[in-house]
Amino acid sequence: MKILKQGKTFWLFILLGAVVFGTVQFMIAGGMLNQFYLNTLFSIAIYTILAVSLHLIIGITGQFSIGHAGFLAVGAYASAIMTMKLGLPFVVALVAGGLAAAVAGLLIGIPSLRLKGDYLAIATLGFGEIVRIILLNMDYVGGASGLQVSHLTTWPWTFACVILTIVVIANFTNSTHGRACISIREDETAADAMGINTTFYKVTAFAIGAFFAGIAGALFAHNFYIIQPSNFGFLKSFDILIFVVLGGLGSLSGAVIAAILLTIVSTFLQEYPETRMIIYSLVLILTMLYRPQGLMGTREIGSLFKRKGSGGGSVDAKQRAL
Amino acid sequence: MEQQPLLKVDNAGIRFGGLRAVADVEMELHAGELVGLIGPNGAGKTTFFNLLTGVYVPTEGSIFFNGEKLNKLPPYKITRRGVSRTFQNIRLFGELSVIDNVKVAYHSQAKHSIASSIFRMPGHFSGEKEMDHKALDFLKIFALESFKDEKAKNLPYGQQRRLEIARALAANPKLLLLDEPAAGMNPQETRDLMKLISLIRERFDLTVLLIEHDMPLVMGVCERIYVLDHGQMIAQGTPDEIRNNPKVIEAYLGEEVS
Repeated sequence: MKILKQGKTFWLFILLGAVVFGTVQFMIAGGMLNQFYLNTLFSIAIYTILAVSLHLIIGITGQFSIGHAGFLAVGAYASAIMTMKLGLPFVVALVAGGLAAAVAGLLIGIPSLRLKGDYLAIATLGFGEIVRIILLNMDYVGGASGLQVSHLTTWPWTFACVILTIVVIANFTNSTHGRACISIREDETAADAMGINTTFYKVTAFAIGAFFAGIAGALFAHNFYIIQPSNFGFLKSFDILIFVVLGGLGSLSGAVIAAILLTIVSTFLQEYPETRMIIYSLVLILTMLYRPQGLMGTREIGSLFKRKGSGGGSVDAKQRAL
Repeated sequence: MEQQPLLKVDNAGIRFGGLRAVADVEMELHAGELVGLIGPNGAGKTTFFNLLTGVYVPTEGSIFFNGEKLNKLPPYKITRRGVSRTFQNIRLFGELSVIDNVKVAYHSQAKHSIASSIFRMPGHFSGEKEMDHKALDFLKIFALESFKDEKAKNLPYGQQRRLEIARALAANPKLLLLDEPAAGMNPQETRDLMKLISLIRERFDLTVLLIEHDMPLVMGVCERIYVLDHGQMIAQGTPDEIRNNPKVIEAYLGEEVS
């Protein structure tokens, strides 16, 4: 993979990534993190991948898909089969999880992306439930009692996947292909009239998003000793959707920040099981009341540090040279 | 008129259930012409544009562009063959910047693949750079370059119309379809627009088909005019012929025309 310089933001991102990775690796090696913190850390990483991958589908391409837990499940089970049934190494399982989910994404995307808005939401919700019910009835993967998986998810692998997801999706978004996707979100008829193959880009975005959800599924499966179909219900899809909406539709950094914050909030609220869901819901309601556009709106975190150049606003009539 | 027409519409029409929105339309446009399409509200003008651009598939007749039949092609393929349009109700990509709106129209001419963008290979950088330059050149022609980083939705109305035309031109059309480009413009803006249309036609070697309600604009710039009423083409001719055509007067211009 060849990543050339793309200005300060990119190197800042790499530096920040290295610092985060180094610090956590040091703390793990030194035994400074107990199991509780480690679990939280892995949850944050996995949810970040999920949020960023769904951000590409909903935030960038504007396809309201709420079956993301379905891709998570496909990735989790496909990777678990690789390691547990076929005895293949974890890295193969990671790739296989991603690819299986991407294929599922293509299969569901090609027919259902003709649908728009509410209809697409219902179709993808249905897809998620179908995946769960198939798994529930498949004896090969243990049915309702689930599949035992050994703990193979390590911090370096997890972190590498988070970075890979963010870099790939950011690079895709900041290119002519990403602009094509955004144009579909903004106005599909006009995008079509400008020569954009809208079906191709919707399906591509869907498959890339599903691929990374599948990778998250592989990490998820090998983090929790056992996977059961009940881990992948539609409430899981809504959790991921909430990260994307709360972070700000169209903002990658918003999705990351929301995934991190909400996972932390949700983890610490586990100490108050009676009021946990009430407080969590209140956080969501208050955020939406005071920041209806989400935490970041459509902006990225880089724009907070940049001062806007001498942008337009005052064009004088002289310039209308025509 | 000896050479093959750029656009030939042969008996085309569309039916929505029992309603014949457009029927038996005949039209021939030759390279370099500037032709107007007029008609009362609801006559089927925009529906006709939608037929030409593939938004609707004609239920009868055929449409040929450069000798190729367009009937069942999806809109994006028709655009790539050289038919580009603007919309009656502006349809810009509001959250994208002004320059990015133009770059979207360049997309089909982009040479770098998805993989080269994801892995930031050299092709990505040269491709994006080329797009930046071309798009900026376009904005300069339309005097929009000082707005280039502004979100399209924040532009004043008249500039949005100009940007839409710029975007349509960036798709590299041979035939440009303008759907009421002067709607909502004040007289000064309309006059500027008339100049702009003539200028881009010469500069880009275009054929233009223009829907417009603003009669001075249509009569002023168009060489020929087609008149659509109740989905039927009731007349065609030079502006003078149209002005004096009794059918047109009856259908559209009213009884008293000076």
